[in-house]
Amino acid sequence: MTALLEAAALTRRFGGVVALDRLDLAVASNEIVGLIGPNGSGKTTFFNVVTGIYAPDDGRVSFGGTDITRATSRAIYTAGISRTFQRSRLSLPLSIFDNIMIGNHNRLTQGLWFNLMRRRAFRAEFERSVTEVRALLDVFEPELSSRMFEPVAGLPMIDRRRIEICRALISAPKLLLLDEPSAGMTHDETRELMDDIFLVRERNRDLSIVIVEHEMGVIERITDRCVVLNFGRKIAEGPYRAVAADRQVQEAYLGVAQ
Amino acid sequence: MSAPPPPTRSASNRASLWPGLAALAAATAYLILLLAVEKQTIVLTVLAGGIVVVLLAAWLRLLTPVTRSFAAHEDGLGGFAILAAIVLGLYFHEDHFVLLLVITVMLTTVATLGLNIQFGYAGVLNFAGASFFGIGAYTSAVLNAHTAVPHLIVLVIGGAIAALIGSLLLLPVLRTRGHYAAVVTIAFALLLKTFLEVNDVLGGPQGLQVPGMKILGWSFNDNIELGGITLSFYMNYFVVALALLICAFILVRRLERSWIGLNLDAIRLDEVAASCFGLDIARWKVTAFISGNFLIGIAGALFGMVGSFVAPNNYTFADSLILVSILLLGGIGNPWGLVVATLIVVVVPEKLQTIQEYRFLLYAALVIAVLRFRPEGLLPRPVRRYFSRVPR
Repeated sequence: MTALLEAAALTRRFGGVVALDRLDLAVASNEIVGLIGPNGSGKTTFFNVVTGIYAPDDGRVSFGGTDITRATSRAIYTAGISRTFQRSRLSLPLSIFDNIMIGNHNRLTQGLWFNLMRRRAFRAEFERSVTEVRALLDVFEPELSSRMFEPVAGLPMIDRRRIEICRALISAPKLLLLDEPSAGMTHDETRELMDDIFLVRERNRDLSIVIVEHEMGVIERITDRCVVLNFGRKIAEGPYRAVAADRQVQEAYLGVAQ
Repeated sequence: MSAPPPPTRSASNRASLWPGLAALAAATAYLILLLAVEKQTIVLTVLAGGIVVVLLAAWLRLLTPVTRSFAAHEDGLGGFAILAAIVLGLYFHEDHFVLLLVITVMLTTVATLGLNIQFGYAGVLNFAGASFFGIGAYTSAVLNAHTAVPHLIVLVIGGAIAALIGSLLLLPVLRTRGHYAAVVTIAFALLLKTFLEVNDVLGGPQGLQVPGMKILGWSFNDNIELGGITLSFYMNYFVVALALLICAFILVRRLERSWIGLNLDAIRLDEVAASCFGLDIARWKVTAFISGNFLIGIAGALFGMVGSFVAPNNYTFADSLILVSILLLGGIGNPWGLVVATLIVVVVPEKLQTIQEYRFLLYAALVIAVLRFRPEGLLPRPVRRYFSRVPR
């Protein structure tokens, strides 16, 4: 197995709190890895360090063989890692189309002259993008693709999550980081969204996913392998059933038995 | 999941052109009336009448078809708006005062269009708008008096210098998050006025004379004789100012309706998310600041020639605040709103001489009222459409 993403001895401190403590974590190509652990165990911090929002205090991250430890968020995205956020970070006044196109930044022509003066060429690129966005939205919810130019502000949570995932997928990344996609949704909605994610993966076999999730049903259903964190340290790793049966994991979630 | 939904919008329920055209005609007639009357009691009556009519129209829901008409036929109505401006100019072809006022409105609108790129789209607050406007004006004062640079190129140089000084000022702070850039612009606005006052080369507190515009031997500061009819020399400037406004308006419109407009919105709304999707925050903020300042500088350079005189007192921090208040009043991000708001803010105190002294009080009250009752401005910005007709 060749690792697509590889973190070695990754450490990040916030003052006295050690959010990531010499974490080793590898994700293979085509793999879906569940990242689980109690609140505050460092899952989101791991995403933020990998995507360059926080710099690590120690350790290394490499992606596809290239070192990205201190790369900017921009370079990391360009390399092929894209993500969603735990608390939905869509731009509410912008339309569905606009929000998804933000994720497509690197593939759009960004020159001032092109954008202002070559409107015919711009129109061609725009129409190509509309087709692309429509095709992607149709996988998730055809209803949304007919409302592409309406603002995101009025949409329910599940649609916002779908749009966030579309925004992360539009640039055809190699690795998708999903930060609690089920937060704020009902069981049924969560199941629907997971079906959608499966569908996307069916279409794009090369996509690897790391998913942070508290909903264990989701983790059991979709992950190939789980990594359990507690206080920033890896305490278990393996298929879901194995880690769920692990004594240390149970203690981390439920406390130490008397 | 579900069957493809029926198309929600079809060509048949595309809004009609007429409500927008009627509103535009009424607004033009009203503006001509307001500019023509002199007596303070009549001015006051006309203003009160205008406010009542607008409120009444809003209450009777007559404004909705107008808004929809403008949304559906923006390009066409834009053409009619240009026509309206020309009619207005021809109506007042002899009246120096009114023409100067209208030119001031047009050039102030160009400056606020620049601020709109900076604040409305990229979210970079510029409290030195009037200072950069002044830099443009001083540029034309110096170049027109001491060099033979063609005057249309002087305008461009005015814009370029405003952009250059602006970027030197802000490049170091644009990388920081938060409102440091705004604080730096405040400091710059205060500093520039003092600098101009103590600088003898630039005329000190008395300022400088600006030689009038001349293009290919055509002197802009002479009245125009056309077969027995005398046109005010301000008609020359009126034409150039209108052309500048149209160009600036179209450019800002295109900027908003492009990937760059989207980038600017994205960094204003969420810098962290934007950088996670590969946007270069500093690059786009600098782009927005430079292009905004360029527009402000060009408008200032032309205004210097129109007024034929520049002095530090014309470009103070208070004037910058007025520019920002126009932005808040009109509807941040909506160029049409800026035209309306500039008209209100520039024309009303000029016509209503009795309130001249209290105009800052009036602006403050107006801005507070708008932020309280209509926080998105008089004409809120609609959702972006990249082309007048979007494929659905």
